[in-house]
Amino acid sequence: MTAFLLQYLPILIFLGVAAALGVVFILAAWVLAPKHPDPEKISAYECGFNAFEDARMKFDVRFYLVSILFIIFDLEAAFLFPWATSLMHMPHGVAVFAFWSMMAFLFVLAVGFVYEWKKGALEWE
Amino acid sequence: MGLQAIAFYVLAVVTVASAFGVTTARNPVHSVLFLILTFFTAAGLFVLLGAEFLAMLLVVVYVGAVAVLFLFVVMMLDVDFASLRAGFARYLPIGGAVAVFLLIEMILVSGAVAERGAAAHVKPLSGENISNTEAIGRVLYTDYLYDFQIAGLVLLVAMIGAIVLTLKHRPGIKRQTVADQTGRSVRGGLQVVQVKVGEGIAE
Amino acid sequence: MDFWTTPGGWTLITLGEIVLVMVGVLISLAFLLLADRKIWAGVQMRKGPNVVGPFGLLQSFADFFKFMLKEVIIPAGADRTTFLLAPLITFTLAFIGWAVVPFAPGWVVSNINVGILYLLAVSGLGVYGIIIGGWASNSKYPFLGALRSAAQMVSYEVSIGFVIITVVLLAGSMNLSAIVEHQAGWIWNWHAFRFPTLVIMLPMMGIFFFSALAETNRPPFDLTEAESELVAGFQVEYSSTPYLLFMIGEYCNIVLMCAMLSILFLGGWNPGVPVGFMASWPPALASLLLFVVFALKIVFWFFMFAMVKAIVPRYRYDQLMRLGWKVFLPTSLFAVALVAAWKVFGTA
Repeated sequence: MTAFLLQYLPILIFLGVAAALGVVFILAAWVLAPKHPDPEKISAYECGFNAFEDARMKFDVRFYLVSILFIIFDLEAAFLFPWATSLMHMPHGVAVFAFWSMMAFLFVLAVGFVYEWKKGALEWE
Repeated sequence: MGLQAIAFYVLAVVTVASAFGVTTARNPVHSVLFLILTFFTAAGLFVLLGAEFLAMLLVVVYVGAVAVLFLFVVMMLDVDFASLRAGFARYLPIGGAVAVFLLIEMILVSGAVAERGAAAHVKPLSGENISNTEAIGRVLYTDYLYDFQIAGLVLLVAMIGAIVLTLKHRPGIKRQTVADQTGRSVRGGLQVVQVKVGEGIAE
Repeated sequence: MDFWTTPGGWTLITLGEIVLVMVGVLISLAFLLLADRKIWAGVQMRKGPNVVGPFGLLQSFADFFKFMLKEVIIPAGADRTTFLLAPLITFTLAFIGWAVVPFAPGWVVSNINVGILYLLAVSGLGVYGIIIGGWASNSKYPFLGALRSAAQMVSYEVSIGFVIITVVLLAGSMNLSAIVEHQAGWIWNWHAFRFPTLVIMLPMMGIFFFSALAETNRPPFDLTEAESELVAGFQVEYSSTPYLLFMIGEYCNIVLMCAMLSILFLGGWNPGVPVGFMASWPPALASLLLFVVFALKIVFWFFMFAMVKAIVPRYRYDQLMRLGWKVFLPTSLFAVALVAAWKVFGTA
């Protein structure tokens, strides 16, 4: 158990070192570089004229649809990982059963995918 | 062992504190960022339990996908959060009741788990030196076949639901049809016409 | 029982490894960035950077100091904390992926069982730096760039996940060292060339490569920062070192993707001939040689990235989405089923 956790500790330390280096870079520029802000310099970039409105606006619902579909396929991939890892190490009979079990699962999702395609959810407008 | 205990308490405190931050942050985007921190520390707790696969899954699915959607919604949706906040006092009794019920449920479940009541009939896979991803893989697709297939159906329903709720076609959009483009031949696309002087082409 | 086996010694060794990996990656990035510009210039029959140092070799270092001496501009309407947090996220995420990459036998900072899933998670989180940066700037171009890139990265991550599953099926493990060792021996043991799965795995390598281009917002999928439409996308408002962090993070991700391509398909550190003749060598020398092999593969893939950038014209957004969802996704899903069927019925 301890040996297992010792494999993860370096990742935590790595995270700390990388974040620290990033902060050092930002602070270095803060210390070394000149600071002369003026209203024109710190205004939002807008090709020369002043912004009419807040930049954050409503946008096409399609972006949400893409990210919802992504969640579903990501979950599907999540189910595939343990299957892919263990399939080779099972007795042959069990592996055949697990294979068809997964094929049934994928078939259900393939039906959903075909539905998406036919409905035009994958078309970008 | 000491290090493990310290790690647990640090992660647990950060989890609870950031979960508190989710509800108290004024800016909804900061709320989502706190939520992401909560997911991360929860993943850390999974690692401490030895459940590395679940920890990674929590990061891939919740942080990498679900929280992206949340962030999308709160960042880009034009919701007036001040007016949403106004109803705070009005919804307090209902919210409080739900919270109390959740608390009771959690106490009951914790009590059951403490006596190993809920998990008593589950045999842990032991003896073999296999990773927990493989341990999940060995039972999920065979012993827990029905649960697995039901999960597939739930995903199908979610997919159809998302499309029914959000998809609407805008009329008058020109689409590219690749088959038509590449299937074009000289015969269909080009016409050689002998035009007589002074007559032009009658169309 | 000497100092190096105590907890203090362990921490020092780990820190040393981490600093070594980070410095190594940073210095290679400096030269790869230059190589990118030189290749691009070469294709367009220009000379590219050639002033700072011999052949312009020190150009990236000069750029680095220039970034350091520029003013950090934070726009008036920006959300200050998240504005500075975004580049930090991109930078940190790009580096922590290297923690699980096996450079040579035993040369890995953290040899976890779920290494490939960890890499998938880290590359998936990369989208946060971009969305947060685009939102925090509170400006039109960054906002649109962030929106586009979020949908784009998310779309291509699906196919990357499925392609990875085909490799996991072949290797039977998610540990990166195990995946590399599974491809030991002659060159036809590499996943990309192993008979008969090469029929599937070669196209999968292609799908992974193109998805990696999209995932790292490289041309021809650089719609996030398409200069002619969005100026510079999500990084319009960034200057000085915050911009530098985005830039380093972006290139670091590209090189990480090159490393993944080498590990998953081209045998990682395996040179393509059995390494038995190295048995009598000092282990450090053998590992060093294998590390050079791995580094050469990364450079090869980086060259491919640079050539694609120089040669291929930019995609349109609807074409990008169609390629991801209608071509790569069904193909890779079908490939998963085929590889699994071969594993279950073909090898018994």
